[in-house]
Amino acid sequence: MSTRLSKGGRLIDRSKVQNFTFNGTAMRGYQGDTLAAALLANDQMLVGRSFKYHRPRGIVGSGPEEPNALVNLGRAGRSEPNQRATTTELFDGLECASQNHWPSLNYDVGVINNTLARFLPGGFYYKTFMYPRAAWKHLFEPIIRASAGLGKPPQEPDADRYEQAYAFCDVLIIGGGIAGLQAALIAGTAGLRVILLEQNAHWGGRAPVDGDVVDGMPAAEWVAKALQDLDKMTNVTLRNRCTGAGVYDHGYVLADEKVADHTPGDGRPKHRLWRIRAGQILTATGAIERPLSFAGNDIPGVMLAASTRDFVVNFAVSPGDRTVIVTNNDDAYRTAIALHEAGLSVPCIVDARSTVTGDLPLRAKALGLRIATGMGIAKVSGGKRVTKVALCMQAGEGAVIEEIACEAVAMSGGWSPVVHLWSHCGGKLTWDTTHAHFRPDATRPPTGADGAAMVVALGAANGAMTAADAMVDAANGTQLALKALGFDAKPKIVSSAAPVQEAEMEPVWIMPYGAGVKLKSKMWLDYQNDVKVSDVQLAAREGYSSVEHTKRYTTLGMATDQGKLSNINGLAILADARNAEIPQVGTTTFRPPYTPVTLGALAGESRGEIFQPLRMTPMHAWHQTQGAYFEPVGLWRRPYTFPRGGETHAQSVAREVNNTRNALGLLDASTLGKIIVKGPDAGRFLDMLYTGVMSSLPIGKCRYGLMCSEQGFLSDDGVVARIDDETWLCHTTSGGADRIHAWMEDWLQCEWWDWQVYTANITEQLAQVAVVGPNARKLLEKMGGMDVSKETLPFMQWADGTLGGFAVRVYRISFSGELSYEIAVAASEGAAFWAALHAAGAELGAMPYGTEALHIMRAEKGFIMIGDETDGTIIPQDLNLGWAISKKKADFLGKRGQERTYLASEDRWKLAGFETLDGSVIPDGSYILAPGLNANGQGNTQGRVTSTYFSPTLGRGIAMGLIKGGLARMGDVVDFNTLSGAPIKAKVVDPVFYDKDGEKQNV
Amino acid sequence: MLILECPYCGVKACETELSPGYEAHLKRFGPGSTDAEFEDYMFARKNPKGVHFERWRHTYGCGKWFLAARDTNTLEVFGTYPAQSSAPPEDLQAKIKAKRPDWKGYK
Amino acid sequence: MSNAVSALGNVSYNGFAQISEIGPIGMISLRAKPDVKGLDKAIKAAVGTKVPAARQMEGAQERFAGWMSPDEYLLVMPYADTGAAMAAIDKALKGQHYLAAVVSDARAVFRVTGEKADQVLAKLSPVDFANLGAQELRRTRAAQVAAAFWRDDSGYTLVCFRSVATYMMGLLSHSAMTGSEL
Repeated sequence: MSTRLSKGGRLIDRSKVQNFTFNGTAMRGYQGDTLAAALLANDQMLVGRSFKYHRPRGIVGSGPEEPNALVNLGRAGRSEPNQRATTTELFDGLECASQNHWPSLNYDVGVINNTLARFLPGGFYYKTFMYPRAAWKHLFEPIIRASAGLGKPPQEPDADRYEQAYAFCDVLIIGGGIAGLQAALIAGTAGLRVILLEQNAHWGGRAPVDGDVVDGMPAAEWVAKALQDLDKMTNVTLRNRCTGAGVYDHGYVLADEKVADHTPGDGRPKHRLWRIRAGQILTATGAIERPLSFAGNDIPGVMLAASTRDFVVNFAVSPGDRTVIVTNNDDAYRTAIALHEAGLSVPCIVDARSTVTGDLPLRAKALGLRIATGMGIAKVSGGKRVTKVALCMQAGEGAVIEEIACEAVAMSGGWSPVVHLWSHCGGKLTWDTTHAHFRPDATRPPTGADGAAMVVALGAANGAMTAADAMVDAANGTQLALKALGFDAKPKIVSSAAPVQEAEMEPVWIMPYGAGVKLKSKMWLDYQNDVKVSDVQLAAREGYSSVEHTKRYTTLGMATDQGKLSNINGLAILADARNAEIPQVGTTTFRPPYTPVTLGALAGESRGEIFQPLRMTPMHAWHQTQGAYFEPVGLWRRPYTFPRGGETHAQSVAREVNNTRNALGLLDASTLGKIIVKGPDAGRFLDMLYTGVMSSLPIGKCRYGLMCSEQGFLSDDGVVARIDDETWLCHTTSGGADRIHAWMEDWLQCEWWDWQVYTANITEQLAQVAVVGPNARKLLEKMGGMDVSKETLPFMQWADGTLGGFAVRVYRISFSGELSYEIAVAASEGAAFWAALHAAGAELGAMPYGTEALHIMRAEKGFIMIGDETDGTIIPQDLNLGWAISKKKADFLGKRGQERTYLASEDRWKLAGFETLDGSVIPDGSYILAPGLNANGQGNTQGRVTSTYFSPTLGRGIAMGLIKGGLARMGDVVDFNTLSGAPIKAKVVDPVFYDKDGEKQNV
Repeated sequence: MLILECPYCGVKACETELSPGYEAHLKRFGPGSTDAEFEDYMFARKNPKGVHFERWRHTYGCGKWFLAARDTNTLEVFGTYPAQSSAPPEDLQAKIKAKRPDWKGYK
Repeated sequence: MSNAVSALGNVSYNGFAQISEIGPIGMISLRAKPDVKGLDKAIKAAVGTKVPAARQMEGAQERFAGWMSPDEYLLVMPYADTGAAMAAIDKALKGQHYLAAVVSDARAVFRVTGEKADQVLAKLSPVDFANLGAQELRRTRAAQVAAAFWRDDSGYTLVCFRSVATYMMGLLSHSAMTGSEL
């Protein structure tokens, strides 16, 4: 069994006990433990089930490479699936549970898939899609959906908060091992702005565990001193618990800081996503050990050799009394020595190489440890944990020579540099035959904005596999980066590590070399996704020779660990099956993030009240106190209606329409776009922008105008007022102000830059109120201060003045067909003015109305609405707005576009009004049916509805829509489709349903 | 995530402070132009792997449009210059030619 | 009698930095090219400063001028003074091509103060605060909206559009929460 040792553990504090639970069972650990260490200390070797076969899974690694030990952490608002136990810091009160099993971790029904493994080969998912066709939907999908999957998504809103932050530096170093610290010391001493990131809570990386010596000091001592020195440099920022997640264009790096994962509920943000811009990026991200492919290499108790060492040295956790080491390199001997020094038994070091000569094997030998050279593991026995291993000759087919009882197996297949960050933004790799791994190719680096290298890999991440080499490489690489930044000074202080002579490793991709199918179908490559050596070989046989295809076909490397352990081993198997060299096969693409980043961190502050910027008018608070129901209009929130008492929205909208038509309605129209256009060429400019003529508009008057895109499609509309000789005020739609202002600036800056025109978007400077209805003039007269009579202020004119003491500009315009004034007042006074109008208007029947009443009243008058009658494919002529298009002008934006034959065709659908025969309301989105079928066998159409409402004024359904033939179809009865199937019959009519002669608005 | 220096205010702007405006140096064709000319102006956009000239607006900054020469493959930025330019500056063209001898010119 | 009120009624929040909405403050957007005759006089008459250089501010306390773009300046003054300033600008620039508009009411203004005020903004804006000039007027975005800010001895003044004042207050408060110091 795995246990806690009585002594040691460089990262744990035995005086601080941390209580936690796993699947409801109470356990104890120490401060400084990872969850994985604490689970092993409590003999919890079995931690989960694999994705496909539900095989028992134990802890394999000790860091972000871990494929198996994924747990659901926390509960309710702090429930998080798929958390790696190896990188989760233990804290008191932690609750976690294993995943992907039913009914329990120990007795999992899904394990039946394991016995059916023969029928679930590589490419299984794709095969189920293919044949028989019906089987996917009725047989395979329900079964796969029920049995597959890892953690469950949380059901409650996240109880924590997240944030983002921007940072800038000359040199960003990712990885706080000895190479990263060396780089930080050099760059920091040179006076550059440095940020150093470390994913773990502790610094120093592997060196302290591996027993390296730096500058004559034990690595841990040197690390502590380096941190002290760096702390004193104000130009250096150190951040631990912060993972460099992705490298992007132009020196942009995302880093995920786990601020409070280990102190949940302390009020700090859980994670902080750093958005860093760096001049040079140094990746000192180390290397990851590779598993060996032998039968039964997935049984709980089989671990990576260096991870085994981590557990012993860092956390004083024993994986079992007897650990068999299996390796193809010298590094694993460090584990043997560490286990031995901790008082544990290492029955045998199985080395696939025929001879061993390095310093470390010699030390092992001197300690009396048995080394079996030229041998491999034929098979590991055990169910939920290892019970014994069978040895064989590595060169053979797996004939068992000897069996050794043990509780754990520590394996090492060599090391792969963590090249992810180097590769994210285009850095290329080269195959290193000495170490049998891909490492960064310094001649083909990721390049930045200036076309020069922006990333330098350091130390083990660059293929410098010993501490001594890594320190030299880190110093050289840092100097290179400094040079790129314009610093050519030689580093003042360079630390070095004591060399340890290591013999060459020997690539071993299958153990034993001549293993047959039976053994190969028990050799796991991808532990989480259940991909075996035999699956990759099958994929190759079935023609999936590209590495990217094999990956998707077998799902190799597609699990949450993204193949950190399985990639190279899988590539080697594929290369062998194709009879190709590994570099010819190449790697799959490394994409960010390096380790998963939670969605909360990516969203940052953008949730709840500040999910997005909601725009509010100066009267918003008043609307809220009146119980307004709001609707989004762009990012604005506008009152849709103001329900009173127990009114439904339909009832309150009808009341608002009737009250406005019969007495007095007040509309908050502040969102209306308002753009000043001024200059000697302003008139000429507006004539280009609008389809009509604005230059001829007399001062003091208003004119309705349309704007089109260059393609000719209607883009916005509004009333333009001429303010003075050189100044016009253009009203745009509520959602269109910023877009139209940008459109104006685009043409002024990029096309007609010699024209003398300035624009100013003053939309938010003014609150605007529409005072509408038969009593509108009475209200303004009661407010007093200016003459608003028919004679002084006729329809389509404006005037400046005061009303009730407020400085105002009054426009006599109407979007409802009623007597109507739109009154602009400084936004800071908007709320007061609105309140004053309501107070004075009470005796005149004043009521606020919302956007729905506005829409109904404009539809009753046959006025179009941008976004309802238009959708980006409609030209003004389609909407019978030819009268607003100048025939005289030689040019305006959209004129040439509208001349295209397709847009000039008589066959286009054109605007008309519709009245249902039974008075009902045509559903939104309804089409007008036409006889016959189209080429796809669908029913033909001849038009569609664009606006449809119940008209409280007329007491019936009214609609506007587009129909082939347009108003020429007047009197025809057509069918509108409905979801229920029975079409609604409607008569084509004039779209002006109400007060055709405009008698009401012109009083 | 690009950084482009706004030639008007000198801010080295992050891409999130900018709005893209697609191909630069288009000639507008209005009334009187042929169908082919209008089609070319409206729809036919270059999409080179390599040197490309683009419009960008410093939307969250000074609000001005500017033009940028950029390699769409490596994202190397050769330079930025004001939108009020009917052709890329001579020195910029020379710089690009030196870095990309195969470049055929901006037209 | 003025009924003018700022967007949020001068709310405030105390975290590791202090946030307060201030105003209303008088502002005029003046669009003119720097070589326009009378521009120096117009700005002098409106706020008493010289024409600011690119990205810079001139003046201090209640009255100053800021460079917004190659042909736009922001003139800041007490709220009640914009009428007189507009008249002075119109007089100085008569006959020239320019556009002056009062924008006091289109804006919301915030003060972010305290030793770590820059950290509040560093969470929202892609700006290198170590290289922000003492007299620099920086236009950028804060999270999802446009903003402009400048610093002084006790912190920063930030200006955004009035309609998003509630959003901005939410952003600044969230960023300034105690315990979230960078």
